[in-house]
Amino acid sequence: MFETLSHLALQQYWWVIISLLGALFVFLTFVQGGQTLIYTIGKTEPERTMLVNTLGRKWEFTFTTLVTFGGAFFASFPLFYATSFGGAYWVWIAILFSFVIQAVSYEYRTKPANFLGAKTFEAFLFLNGALGTILIGTAVGTFFNGAMFSLNDMNNVSWETPFRGLEAVLTFHNVALGLSVFFLARILGALYFISSVESEAIFTRSKKQVLYNTIPFLVFFLYFVIWLVLKDGYAYNETEVFMEKFKYLHNLIQMPLVAVILLLGVVGVLGGIGVTILKNSSRGIWFAGAGTVLAVLALFLIAGLNGTAFYPSNYALQDSLTIETASSSHFTLTAMSYVSLGVPFVVAYIWWVWKAMNSKKIDEAEMQEEDSHAY
Amino acid sequence: MLEAIDLSLVNWSRAQFALTAMYHWLFVPLTLGLTMIIAIMETLYVKTGNVEWKRITKFWMVLFGINFAIGVATGIILEFEFGTNWSNYSWFVGDIFGAPLAIEGIFAFFMESTFIAVMFFGWNKVSKKVHLLSTWLTAIGANLSALWILVANAWMQNPVGMQFNPETARNEMVSFWEVLFSPTAIYKFLHTTSSGFVLASIFVIGISAWFILKKRNLVFARKSILVAAIFGLVSSVYVAFTGDSSARDIAQQQPMKFAAFEGLYNGSEGAGLIALGVFSTSDADPTNQNLLDFNMKLEIPNVLSYMAYMDWNAFVPGINDLINGNEKYGYLSADEKIERGKAAIIKLKEYKDAKNSGDGQLADQLKTEFMDPDFQENYFNYFGYGYITDKNLLIPSVPLSFYSFHIMVGLGFYFIVFFILAFLYTIRGKLEKKKGFLRLAVWTIPLAYIASQAGWIVAEVGRQPWVIQDLMPTVAAVTKISTSAVQVTFWLFAAIFTLLLIAELKIMLRQIKIGPKMDGGQH
Repeated sequence: MFETLSHLALQQYWWVIISLLGALFVFLTFVQGGQTLIYTIGKTEPERTMLVNTLGRKWEFTFTTLVTFGGAFFASFPLFYATSFGGAYWVWIAILFSFVIQAVSYEYRTKPANFLGAKTFEAFLFLNGALGTILIGTAVGTFFNGAMFSLNDMNNVSWETPFRGLEAVLTFHNVALGLSVFFLARILGALYFISSVESEAIFTRSKKQVLYNTIPFLVFFLYFVIWLVLKDGYAYNETEVFMEKFKYLHNLIQMPLVAVILLLGVVGVLGGIGVTILKNSSRGIWFAGAGTVLAVLALFLIAGLNGTAFYPSNYALQDSLTIETASSSHFTLTAMSYVSLGVPFVVAYIWWVWKAMNSKKIDEAEMQEEDSHAY
Repeated sequence: MLEAIDLSLVNWSRAQFALTAMYHWLFVPLTLGLTMIIAIMETLYVKTGNVEWKRITKFWMVLFGINFAIGVATGIILEFEFGTNWSNYSWFVGDIFGAPLAIEGIFAFFMESTFIAVMFFGWNKVSKKVHLLSTWLTAIGANLSALWILVANAWMQNPVGMQFNPETARNEMVSFWEVLFSPTAIYKFLHTTSSGFVLASIFVIGISAWFILKKRNLVFARKSILVAAIFGLVSSVYVAFTGDSSARDIAQQQPMKFAAFEGLYNGSEGAGLIALGVFSTSDADPTNQNLLDFNMKLEIPNVLSYMAYMDWNAFVPGINDLINGNEKYGYLSADEKIERGKAAIIKLKEYKDAKNSGDGQLADQLKTEFMDPDFQENYFNYFGYGYITDKNLLIPSVPLSFYSFHIMVGLGFYFIVFFILAFLYTIRGKLEKKKGFLRLAVWTIPLAYIASQAGWIVAEVGRQPWVIQDLMPTVAAVTKISTSAVQVTFWLFAAIFTLLLIAELKIMLRQIKIGPKMDGGQH
């Protein structure tokens, strides 16, 4: 089936999968966003326990999606994996570090004799929530603004600044995306609390946080999108990579389906926020979540499809990575495409487990139950 | 083509990988084995309806959760470290190596992380049978993730199913099944996962023994020991068999590694196995301090030949045969391999230059020469040797490999005896009286970890200097970055992992002291 597809078609297929994984990851950062709100929304210890526990039952999905995102990127576009991870060393190490400290924090926070103390583990959760989202958003910003690397004949990377990727924060457009992801994660986190915790006080405070975080989110997101459609982009043809005026706007016009996806995504996010604020609905997370997936998917698609270099080099423009130059071989992409057929099955059992575990909202009584495993 | 690389960068990058991998490997074996033991215990609960089994299951689940969290924390670094610190490697073989990592994420990690939530939180949310199924799926998911990363690791030690593409300057996969079902991968998977089962069984027996010594939770402890002793015994015998097959595979694919961990300097027909040995502290070969003579050794004649080739009189090459060459038995010298490797690198460079200068005809001709099967077999197969500046670098640390291997094997045999005793004492109802054995059981826990770490050293130190056997040495694989950056991250990870390890141990010990809850309820 996949064998007959052209190499380009497989590269496009895999770019869509990578984009979808990235989009799902951003939705799942509601865990990170929620972690930054534990003390803002939880005013008493039992409240905080409920918040930590409701996130604690989901954090591994976000974590695993990040790991899978890395693995899938490695398998499908290994030159990106080699170039970006090896090149922008400090950025990725900082991101990884923030996830290392997250992984133990739920399990160890309330355990007796935990050596570092509950407050340290809560600080770890906050750090992961803030650093993880801002840095990942900023790193993805370089897909649109470029990075400082070059490649030699063997496709080995040299990073051309001593800051090894940290220089991305000097481009405000990157940071704007980082901050958009951060505030969006907080909105999603608050919406998730509303949907999964049975408490009037938490509902009220979460709703307030949805509103408070929507304002900076909109400011940074609109800045990011408006500047994106106005700026020059990194285009390529058969012979070279070149700068094209309004490249990303052109991508939206030339791929109208992607423009529709982006629009639906934004409407979904705003709709999720709207039904929560205006109608006190507890289902806002699903609208905003679906909207997030669609909007991020569209952003990834315009970064890599339609003759766009998805990881541009500002140092050596011709070394910019495209889905054609960075990808795996036809054989590997074909084999991996067969593997991808298993993904709907994985999604189905995740969905089933999610429904089974969240069928009833978490409440204080459950935290006291003998058969529950509380964090 | 290889730009000047500071050797200290290579060594620090290796040190960081070793640090993170060995830390990770402290926790993984227990995860692999304990999930299986927990799943067996829960099956007994569902089958018999005896709540004591539920109580037992839940206690071990608490310890599993504590161990699992730090295993996840130390694992994420490894997934990305191939890119951050070994970026040249990531491109050179990413076409093959990336696929197992992706499959591991898509199938194994999601299975594990999805059903672990049901396992911990689902007691009152799903039916008994669905809960049991979730526990088994968590166990299967954990072991599946081991499968894929070990397939990837095995491929580095025995690269198969691929073809070098000079156009892209990388190796490309030509057979997925050859990669997946390479004998090296199969033995590695079976040997490594079953060693995890052994470690977890010892963990369960050791802690249960402590309860008996303290005269606490006796029924719980006896039942736990019974399950772990049977599971451990079967697994430890299996570890011995797979270890034997694995050693034979190494003798074929990585003769230098085999010679190093067997301490075999000069090959011979009917080679003897050094069962025990102590290295001298004086240098045997002034040009290479790795080559230390034995001060004392206990050698069993002909056994090594049989172990390696199933023939008591077969020739087994020693380190000197592999470095200096042995014409009689068809082993090329290291110098010859280095020359051939250099010739392959030069041909690739000439091809690249011809392409860059637009000389299509010359480029096509060079590409044809490069891809010629004869050139591939006689030159490209030694590609990695072209980066080697000193042939002594081709010898891994012999004492470290030798001692690690012998400690691992010695302890492996001890564990079989240990499980037999644990089983016999339990079914005969004599456990409580065997105080000495119970104390030994507690002290066997660290021995299991020592054996496990020694296994990692045998596999990974023994293959030095190769990241990919014969094709890419560490010096060519490393990311070009300042040594000081790697030093900073090395100490950063050393500090955070050590802090987390202390936390983990303290929490674990406290939970053991608290013991299983009488009501089988919350922990």
